[in-house]
Amino acid sequence: MEFESVVQTVFPFAVIAVAIFLAFNGVLMIVAYTVLAERKVLGWIQGRIGPNRVGPWGVLQPFADLLKFIFKEDLVPDKSTKFIYYLAPLVALTAALMPIIVYPFGPSIKADLSEWLPYGLGETFSHIPLVIADLDVGILYVLAITSVGVYGIALAGWSSNSKYSLMGGLRSSAQMISYELAMGASVIGVVLLSGTLSLTGIIDAQIHSPWWSKWFIVPQFVGFMVFLIAAFAETNRVPFDLPEAETELVAGFHTEYSALKFALFFMAEYVNMFTVSVMCVTLFLGGWYIPGLDWLARQTDLVWLFGAGTVGYAVVSHVGFLLKIFAFLFLYIWIRGTLPRFRFDQLMNFGWKFLLPVALANVILTVIVVFFWHR
Amino acid sequence: MVSVLFFILAGLAIACAVSCVYHKNPLYSAVSLIGVFISLACIYLTLAAPFIAIVQILVYAGAIMVLVVFVIMLLNLDEDKPLTRLRYLFPIGGVLGLVLLAQTLFIFYAVTKTPHTSSEQGNVVGQSMSIGRAMYTEYLLPVEIVGILLLMAIVGAMIMSRRMGEPNLEAVEGSREGGD
Amino acid sequence: MEPGLGSYLALSGILFSIGAVGVIYKRNAIGMFMCIELMLNAVNLSFVAFSRHYGDVTGQLFVFVVMSVAAAEAAVGLGIIITFFRNRLSVDVDDASILKN
Repeated sequence: MEFESVVQTVFPFAVIAVAIFLAFNGVLMIVAYTVLAERKVLGWIQGRIGPNRVGPWGVLQPFADLLKFIFKEDLVPDKSTKFIYYLAPLVALTAALMPIIVYPFGPSIKADLSEWLPYGLGETFSHIPLVIADLDVGILYVLAITSVGVYGIALAGWSSNSKYSLMGGLRSSAQMISYELAMGASVIGVVLLSGTLSLTGIIDAQIHSPWWSKWFIVPQFVGFMVFLIAAFAETNRVPFDLPEAETELVAGFHTEYSALKFALFFMAEYVNMFTVSVMCVTLFLGGWYIPGLDWLARQTDLVWLFGAGTVGYAVVSHVGFLLKIFAFLFLYIWIRGTLPRFRFDQLMNFGWKFLLPVALANVILTVIVVFFWHR
Repeated sequence: MVSVLFFILAGLAIACAVSCVYHKNPLYSAVSLIGVFISLACIYLTLAAPFIAIVQILVYAGAIMVLVVFVIMLLNLDEDKPLTRLRYLFPIGGVLGLVLLAQTLFIFYAVTKTPHTSSEQGNVVGQSMSIGRAMYTEYLLPVEIVGILLLMAIVGAMIMSRRMGEPNLEAVEGSREGGD
Repeated sequence: MEPGLGSYLALSGILFSIGAVGVIYKRNAIGMFMCIELMLNAVNLSFVAFSRHYGDVTGQLFVFVVMSVAAAEAAVGLGIIITFFRNRLSVDVDDASILKN
């Protein structure tokens, strides 16, 4: 009896731990291949071949890069503030990875596991949601953790004791503070339409909305554009990559970082790209939801395979979810190959004088529409 | 389980708070203070108040402390100068702190004697739905006042930090030398 | 087993006292500002603990108001500090003596 209660307590924690482990490793794997894809696509845009030596088509390049990062010499600047210098890359990567646990990556599966799991655990897990933590305040959680990510860059810039790093860190803090406002304001429209702060609730609201607006990108197109632009600024990507503008600031905030500490910053940047893409997909493109899939399954008598709640439905939805994310990642790389960089005053003017007012106007318009809609 | 978690987090919060007061370097203080805020947010989670916990990180760690760190970096502050004047008052400050601690604990001890009227809906209270409902019905006036206060703060901060001509540094230096 | 109301209040009191001592000891304006934030947070903790104890949402509403006031205070306070630094090239409160003579 004692053992049974222990298993009942420990099992959910074990499941969550394994889920977090798998999610983090999966994301890091995707991130590794995003780096390779970026080099390949940039090469293609510029009429080059890109990395093609390590393995066929260069598929083993990420591992070669990782090995190189591990074996490089780890230089620490002499006059740096040691504790904060070591802390900064950890903060950056942790803050980048933490939002992953609240994103729903598939529909919940109805499963009968009572034969497989002892001690009545099958009843507890009869309904498997494909999300690690379904927070009531999911959106706020993501925004909060993203805003903590600024410290990674700001502290790195300050502790390196180098003027280029300091300039990069200052620019990045100013930029992230400015664009966070626009990002938060653009999310409010979606929250108003769905009436909840939970990410699963938002996907549910998109499923149950009328046929012409199955994805919130239709009623919230302005919000989507503002969010996308703010997301580029938040992740420090071209055309907003001022913190690490290599032609002006050497390498910005990570000038003084080498070997694995630099690799942590590098991974944090790409993980940030990934998580912001997931957020965008979840809020504006229905997350894992593919309109008409359920209906199609009912039309073609394949409900047992692709009906809502089956494993097949979950797999197809998850693949659709990944494809949407990859489309956004491709957009990031495409824009990097296309657009030049902003000047710092242009960046600030654009954020405060154009993006924020547009986002606020969108919020007010949404409030009015939702108010009359519900009367 | 929750108890163990609470004591770990409480220890962390107190350690970070002491380090915030102890360190002379303002950036070390700021980083310690962020530690306090994050451990307090985790304590709010154990108190079944997820909304407040997230807002704590969003507002304190994500907005206020970013501003503070930004200002510290912008002004490039060095360490506090050692105190020359009024040195003998240091222990008195410590004693005053202890007296304050005793007073606070006594008040709180007296308060814990009050009857416990906890209701069953304890877990619903922290959800965003109940907070939002209370905010826009019963407590609408305070929320409006807070909104006006924030607007005033925005205007005030902009007027305050607006550069009114170039600062006359020679005059400042002169007055400082003359004043001291 | 959950810790009782008393332990939360004790933690709140300890943090408040540390913050108060910090305000007395700190010399630069930013340090004092941070210690005031620490005191506000200690008060917030007791509000949330009471809110949990009585199953009443009012305490959390107060926390929300306190946070908004803290944000306003940060905006205005840091504005003052920057202006002060611009005029005196220091953030030491002992240098804020322009009205002294």
